[in-house]
Amino acid sequence: MTNNISLTINGLDVKVPEGATILEAAQSAGVYIPTLCYCPGLTSEGACRICLVKIEKKKKLHPACRTPVEDGMVVITDDAEIDQVRRVTLELILSDHDFNCLLCPKSGTCRLQALVNHIGFDERRFNRLNRVAKDLPVDTSNPFFDFNPNKCIHCGICIRTCREIVGVDAINMAYRGYDLKVSTFGDQPFKESACVSCGECVERCPVGALIPKDVKHPTREVKTICAYCGVGCGLYLGVRGGTIVKARGDHSNPVNRGELCVRGRSGYRFVNSPDRLSSPLVRAYDPLESKPQGINGAPEAGKPLTRPLVKERGEFVEVSWDQAIKYLASTLVHYKGDQFAALSSAKCTNEENYLFQKFVRVVMGTNNIDHCARL
Amino acid sequence: MAGLAAALGSGAMTNAVSEIGEAACIFVIGSNTSAAHPIIGRQIARAVKQGAKLIAADPRRTVLRRMADVWIRHEPGTDVALLNAMARVIIKKKLFDTSFVEERCEGFEAFEAAVKDGDLAEAEQITSVPAQKIVEAARMYATFSPATILYAMGITQHSHGTDNVRAVANLALLTGNLGKPSSGVNPLRGQNNVQGACDMGALPNVLPGYQKVEDQNIRKKFEKAWNCQLNPSPGLVLTELFESVHAGNVKALYIMGENPMVSEANTSFVQEAISHLELLVVQDLFLTETAQMADVVLPAASFAEKDGTFTNTERRVQRVRKAIEPVGNSLPDWVIIRDLAKNMGAKGFDFNSPEEIMEEIRGLTPSYGGITYGRISKVGLQWPCPDLDHPGTPYLFAEKFSTPSGRGQFAPLSYTPPAEVVSHEYPFILTTRRSYFHFHSTLSRKVDGMNVLRGEERVEINPVDAAPLEIEDGDAVKVTSKRGTVQAKAKITQTTPPGVISMTFHYPETRTNLLTHGALDPVAKIPEFKVCAVKVEREIDFGTQYLGWGTGKIG
Ligand code: SF4
Ligand code: SF4
Ligand code: SF4
Ligand code: FES
Repeated sequence: MTNNISLTINGLDVKVPEGATILEAAQSAGVYIPTLCYCPGLTSEGACRICLVKIEKKKKLHPACRTPVEDGMVVITDDAEIDQVRRVTLELILSDHDFNCLLCPKSGTCRLQALVNHIGFDERRFNRLNRVAKDLPVDTSNPFFDFNPNKCIHCGICIRTCREIVGVDAINMAYRGYDLKVSTFGDQPFKESACVSCGECVERCPVGALIPKDVKHPTREVKTICAYCGVGCGLYLGVRGGTIVKARGDHSNPVNRGELCVRGRSGYRFVNSPDRLSSPLVRAYDPLESKPQGINGAPEAGKPLTRPLVKERGEFVEVSWDQAIKYLASTLVHYKGDQFAALSSAKCTNEENYLFQKFVRVVMGTNNIDHCARL
Repeated sequence: MAGLAAALGSGAMTNAVSEIGEAACIFVIGSNTSAAHPIIGRQIARAVKQGAKLIAADPRRTVLRRMADVWIRHEPGTDVALLNAMARVIIKKKLFDTSFVEERCEGFEAFEAAVKDGDLAEAEQITSVPAQKIVEAARMYATFSPATILYAMGITQHSHGTDNVRAVANLALLTGNLGKPSSGVNPLRGQNNVQGACDMGALPNVLPGYQKVEDQNIRKKFEKAWNCQLNPSPGLVLTELFESVHAGNVKALYIMGENPMVSEANTSFVQEAISHLELLVVQDLFLTETAQMADVVLPAASFAEKDGTFTNTERRVQRVRKAIEPVGNSLPDWVIIRDLAKNMGAKGFDFNSPEEIMEEIRGLTPSYGGITYGRISKVGLQWPCPDLDHPGTPYLFAEKFSTPSGRGQFAPLSYTPPAEVVSHEYPFILTTRRSYFHFHSTLSRKVDGMNVLRGEERVEINPVDAAPLEIEDGDAVKVTSKRGTVQAKAKITQTTPPGVISMTFHYPETRTNLLTHGALDPVAKIPEFKVCAVKVEREIDFGTQYLGWGTGKIG
């Protein structure tokens, strides 16, 4: 695309390709225009009117996020009048917002807070406007995120995300006027709705209305790959104190470009599941049992381990790695060749699959290796 | 996979995922993409919005149906009949790419002869798809170029899955939709690293890089590198393996990170086989159903606790990084194998890091020749990537195919009915499906939230079938095949066509695979998960049994 449209923004000459918006032109020139309902990658709806700018020779103010550039346009993004209009718009948004900022998990990354800092508000007028804060029930039905309509600013980003990025169309605006509300079909709880819990809307909500459950900010992020399906989405795992507290999409990954599905975004939780095995286990057989069974079928095998054993047959006993490996090594020696077989894993890494087949072929002397997923 | 390798010379996805967006026509068959591969499902949806044509063929009513230009709901197991009929239309209407067929393919005459006899009326009868729709789909696929085909388990998990895959490849060869961007034949891999496990030679007949065990020169190369003597005869494939275990020929089994007790067809047979083993070693994250039967259980570390690489469905080798220390007293799989091998006195296992292993892989696997940790630290590379200067290969076969002759191979095919057909006693076809929330059996079940979302098995039944059986939504039902019985709650839905019921296999407490059978595809040896005959009954004396537990022989 060639930059064939010239315009001036606050006196700066800017060249952009045809079809760009004033906002994009301003961003390319490094001029900040405050926005709220704009979200890169989604169509602009012009819902919030925070991004209004002046265009010379045109009446009214125009939303920068959805006004295409024209050759020779002269744009002003900041002056007293614009400031005043933005301030009033912001005050209206704030007037029914439940701003309990200190206790809001979004605090610090909230776009509304940032706007208040940038634009400011008139306290007296604001107090007059301030109605009783809404007291709608919070939808906590989804296991991974909550929806607090009292914090919603009706920017519509979540709705557009679900429609344009996810293609599920689970939510829309419902009711009118003061009752306007983001709602699932039939105002069902999220869990009962068409929502597939991908969390893309939660990721993009500019305020604390759609918010992940148990938010903890990671102290460190590690770039890696999702372990669920063959798409292989890139993700960042957020780590805090030795546990994983968050996953987010990797925008530099050519496969998912920052997007994730529910498994990628929330599925990491199995890592810290209390059901994880934490020690090698060996089945202990009663050494007095006359019929040798299982591991005891191999002569002498099991002896080193049967010392501190439970007398009950068939119970697992925890052993150390050293014991487990030594025991296994001494047992496997008796099973070399085609009486041995192995199943490798489509969940393990390439390196591990390589090493395992090498072990089976070189040490065990057989080609009996396969894995469970043939597609 | 075997089918695609025979036709084109490689069993992998021919094109990159990101190319889907630029395709003029997308043909999805046997894949509920939106649920199994959501991120690819979204790309399809966006491509359609931008004007791409979508043909969706699936016995089930998938999400893609809503945006499809042509939606085909064929009878389960009749894919070859459908695809052959499409090929016939394309040939008859002269919509095929003559120069591509002449210059780059082989076996066209035999293929043409095979599809010529038979007519649309017959295809309509077999598949239950109106002839008009078959023509429309064929026309669309042949005229909007580039066209890409995506498929998944719905195509491969049949007793004749290899035929299905070849039938898909035939269509792509016929229309010249190979060797260029946004075209191709694209199997969507199920688990995250199936592609990598295959690439690395976790297969009984090939060494890393699909180098044949039977080839003496190949063996020599590896014997030299590994300083050993290799067994020249290919090993047992998974399903033969359990037969062999059952017969007592295989006495010791070592399973790393798989749960065949839940994931394999005909579970009761697998369980019986396992009980014949002298030694079962299971290395896993959890005490799975399979691990519970083991003699030795070794706790392994998860993907977040180790370094390494995964190779995704589009052949992209990507870096996995350690985020946290191994949980509990677990160890990464590679450490366990290394220590075991060293303890058994083996040489050549002195690796200190996965990167060192990759260096060895690189030297022995031509398609991975140029892949180093340094090069893939930011963005992964797509194999073949033979040397350090090679940029990777987004789409395959630009110049020639990887078959011995370098040409694409047509396959003359005829339709064979599924191995098990419905009978008076077992009047329904059971097909297995996947849900959004779970993947295979183990991992996602350990995430509490996922169980809240879809906590138990639901048997999907069409209202037309449910009414005469007096089954209502949420009723407990008993599903029986020749092999076993399971119980679950019914879900009355239009999603599943009349005559077909569908279940997932994510829930160990409802072991769907007790029902499925082990009829194997003769080449790829994939069991027929997708089609099996069952009967459905309303569970009357249900109060005595705990809901959701199988009543097969197990437990
Ligand atoms: S979580 Fe995903 S599916 Fe659910 S409403 Fe948000 S974007 Fe839509
Ligand atoms: S929930 Fe968030 S993203 Fe959705 S409309 Fe409200 S503020 Fe905007
Ligand atoms: S995020 Fe979803 S689509 Fe992507 S790899 Fe993970 S499971 Fe697959
Ligand atoms: S950001 Fe432009 S109208 Fe909201």
